[in-house]
Amino acid sequence: MSGRTASLATLAGIVLLLPLALQNNYYYEVAIQVGLNAIVCVGLNLLIGYAGQISLGHAGFFGLGAYGSAILTARYGWPPLAALASATAGVAVLAYLIGRPILRLRGHYLAMATLGMGIIISIVIATEDRLTGGPDGMPVPALAAFGAALSGERVWYWVVGATLLAAVWLALNLVDSPHGRALRALHGSEVGAEVTGIDSARHKVKVFVISAVYAALAGSLTAHYAGFVTPAKVTFFHSIELVTMVVFGGMASTFGAVVGAAVLTVLPQALTVFKEYEMVVFGAVMMLTMIFMPRGLVPTLALTLSGRRLPR
Amino acid sequence: MSLLRVEGLSKEFGGVHAVQQLDFAIPAGQVFSIIGPNGAGKTTLLNLLTGIYVPSSGRILLEARDLTGRAPYEYAARGIARTFQNLQVFFNMSALENVMVGRYLHERCGLPAALLRFPSLARAERACREEAESLMRFVGLGEYAQSPSDAMPYGALKRLEIARALATKPRLLLLDEPAAGLNPTETLGIDALISKLAESGVTVVLVEHNMKLVMGVADRILVLDYGKRLAEGTAEEVRRDPKVIEAYLGAGAH
Repeated sequence: MSGRTASLATLAGIVLLLPLALQNNYYYEVAIQVGLNAIVCVGLNLLIGYAGQISLGHAGFFGLGAYGSAILTARYGWPPLAALASATAGVAVLAYLIGRPILRLRGHYLAMATLGMGIIISIVIATEDRLTGGPDGMPVPALAAFGAALSGERVWYWVVGATLLAAVWLALNLVDSPHGRALRALHGSEVGAEVTGIDSARHKVKVFVISAVYAALAGSLTAHYAGFVTPAKVTFFHSIELVTMVVFGGMASTFGAVVGAAVLTVLPQALTVFKEYEMVVFGAVMMLTMIFMPRGLVPTLALTLSGRRLPR
Repeated sequence: MSLLRVEGLSKEFGGVHAVQQLDFAIPAGQVFSIIGPNGAGKTTLLNLLTGIYVPSSGRILLEARDLTGRAPYEYAARGIARTFQNLQVFFNMSALENVMVGRYLHERCGLPAALLRFPSLARAERACREEAESLMRFVGLGEYAQSPSDAMPYGALKRLEIARALATKPRLLLLDEPAAGLNPTETLGIDALISKLAESGVTVVLVEHNMKLVMGVADRILVLDYGKRLAEGTAEEVRRDPKVIEAYLGAGAH
């Protein structure tokens, strides 16, 4: 069994067995939140972990997916699935148009450009109150498929679980293909990749669009699941949270992105006992991880367990 | 019939003439060497010949096709591959994967096929892996097939770059100081590998500092000094050229 099949089977097992440990709706809610964040992180990891490009604006794509679905269903009466697909496709086109010019930038400059992009999206959503409801947010109709509306935590758990598995499967396939090798190559040495025949600009834009699609899809699902959207999930802080999940879980590790999303989604819930010190403890956990596990959680564990092996 | 022709090639960096008005042709199927003292413009010339730098003036033609101003990946697509003096290995990948990246141009794989992992892709991947393994054996790296590239010795990394370049199936292979930093035994090994490459039919451009290596394997030699052509000819002609002796070998080198 290849590493790809093994990690996918492990994840499928966890998704299947987890409900045994979920005692009430609150636990289901947290699990769904983990799944939705994990979908964004798996896509973001393709961009950050594999291709070595940074984005501090992915909450913007998440928000556009969420508000795209919300506006098309609530304001224009579109069927939810069509709204979800159109919002995601729209974000793909937008990411392509934005990605073309800004992915020429590198390092800190790219970080600043994506940060600016995220902030602009967030401001537009907060101020266009006739469409978006402004800071108060807006209600979103439930997702309906084949005449039946999806509602209830248990149903949504399986919807998000299945979407996450599909997202992980696609990402693992991509990484293990000539496209994935091209992305990792341009991370390793851009000039080395170019003289080997890889059009680095095209590959960067492609992975940027793919990661934006992951974020937009998760955004749409979040909107329909919660039945309400607010600009809180579109903020710069949410972008930082997403990047932190990827880095904490382990860069260039698809499984790591899922684990990172799980730990950093559950941790704040567990830390509520610390009340107002929650953010302090959260920050301390992050700092210690970065100092003692700079590769991130999953690659570090993999290295420790298997002697010396390159993390995937 | 020349494979690559360079006409009036110049490159300036803010008033510094790194390469000036170069004209030369590289015949197909030969080992063509570019030598010169430090700062003569050898690496600049190589960067021009692979699209990394855009020339200030002049033209670069591969057979009849004008490649001037194209991007490096387009040079690669036309059959020009290279190695680097300061290694550009993908250290985040295994040795074998480095060579598999070299096959990129010859793998027809759309994004849907990659995302959904079509059966045809799985077959192509197996073929790609086998080809990469055989190239690693060809350059003498058979034992490193499963190694992470960041755990390999320097000499092996130089060969790894050659294997990666060969995987693109180049018509013209540019080697930038392949023997720099190697011990005498390793240098002999590289020498033998270059001869083997030439026999396999690929045209080799060898940029070198190591005179011994060049004299042994090069069919023609271009000598650069201050970005200009000092001399060009066979090893014997260049060795006897008084200008070369004075500028490069030094007055005392008979």
